[in-house]
Amino acid sequence: MAKFYTRRGDGKTLQMSKEEIKTAIHEGTADAADMGNIKALSSNDMEALLDIICSNDRIASVERGKEVVLSYDIGQLDMSGDNGNSGGGVPSSRLNGALVHERTLCADTFELAHSDYSIKPSKPVIANEMNDMEVVQNNIIIPYFYGAMPNMGLYYAPDGPYGNPADLMREFKIEEAQQQATLASEHLTRDIKYVSTKIYSAGADGFNFDTTASAGDADFVGTLHGVEQLRKECPDAYIMVGMAGENVMGIHGEIQYDGQVVAGMFPHQQCKLAEKAGADVFGPVANTNTGKSLAWNLARAVTFVKACSEVTKLPIHVNMGMGVGGIPMSETPPIDAVTRCSKAMVEIAKVDGV
Amino acid sequence: MAIAHFVASGMGGIRTAGDLVARMQFDKRLRIDKAKEFVAKKLGVSSFDLSDEYIFRELREERGLGVITGVPKTPKGIAAKMNIEDLLGIKINSCELFRQYRAKR
Repeated sequence: MAKFYTRRGDGKTLQMSKEEIKTAIHEGTADAADMGNIKALSSNDMEALLDIICSNDRIASVERGKEVVLSYDIGQLDMSGDNGNSGGGVPSSRLNGALVHERTLCADTFELAHSDYSIKPSKPVIANEMNDMEVVQNNIIIPYFYGAMPNMGLYYAPDGPYGNPADLMREFKIEEAQQQATLASEHLTRDIKYVSTKIYSAGADGFNFDTTASAGDADFVGTLHGVEQLRKECPDAYIMVGMAGENVMGIHGEIQYDGQVVAGMFPHQQCKLAEKAGADVFGPVANTNTGKSLAWNLARAVTFVKACSEVTKLPIHVNMGMGVGGIPMSETPPIDAVTRCSKAMVEIAKVDGV
Repeated sequence: MAIAHFVASGMGGIRTAGDLVARMQFDKRLRIDKAKEFVAKKLGVSSFDLSDEYIFRELREERGLGVITGVPKTPKGIAAKMNIEDLLGIKINSCELFRQYRAKR
């Protein structure tokens, strides 16, 4: 039986038969449908995905005329950063990084990023960030954001002022853990308001809240309240909310936004809260399982993202970096896998951007 | 990653009309087809043409929207964005700030 070259979730080359790929697609979409209580992909969608994965071409692409917007996270750090951000380790200024992305890397949007890419460390150096924002805005043409992760983990001991819920829960101090998470969430909202409104006053087109809810449900709620504050203070700001994972972890367990417990929410539920808070664009995530095939991971990711795309009015820019959106979890994701995921998200999940 | 995504599905930024479509997604919360329709209508081209480098290399220079190559005596940065404001009928925050600074003379 003919075998097709494809990939495992960690990027390693696999050879699979068409039947094996078909089975993996069925199992991947069924897993997402079961976890998210959403529709599995239709037989037509699964056939289309099978064709994309079984193509013998090195790269795949969307039909001409169906191109979408390519927005960015991590800013200039993908040039100047270390391998923790899959950065190239090329020392360069932030202005250089921005213009190189605009003039040579075909970016439709770009952003300024602190080297720790988080709200908290941006706060004490906000004047520096504002100055660099003004300098870049004078030169760049594409929409230029400030990007940062809410990264509420930095507010817990030993890095921050609040007790660490993970430590407290180990001691069965459940109510105290919840109280500390709530306090950290409120602190995060205050810091988001400070950083985002300051940077907007320096000419930023808007703010990219990247990797939202990485510290769980209280992180998500704190960020949504921060988005509300930014929308209230700066009604014309461009706001993008991108998620950390497909499912909001219940570190608090009971914290609510707009009367709903957010723990356990999947992309088709998360997007509605982002819209309510005032976001303009939502970035759903589906995580990659490194032990499963590209076919399984991509079918699963497309199922989650398509469900999200169908229920929201907002443009959807799906997260498609290392280890999300079906893409292998690898520092250097293979081009054959990346382009197949990109095509599938546009043509099957109907995303508005990547 | 960036190049792979551009080759597979990206509009191309200022090589074409990617930045203009992106602005309409954020400014008006338009989904991709509506955002493309809006920009295409303003430029007098079709949605299909919006990712065509051949068309946009000339069109962006003619309209002063900023070009992908280093062309002397063409609008860049804030100047190009002010022309984009006029084209799309929007206000861009950095241009507003620039006008405020000018008013302080």
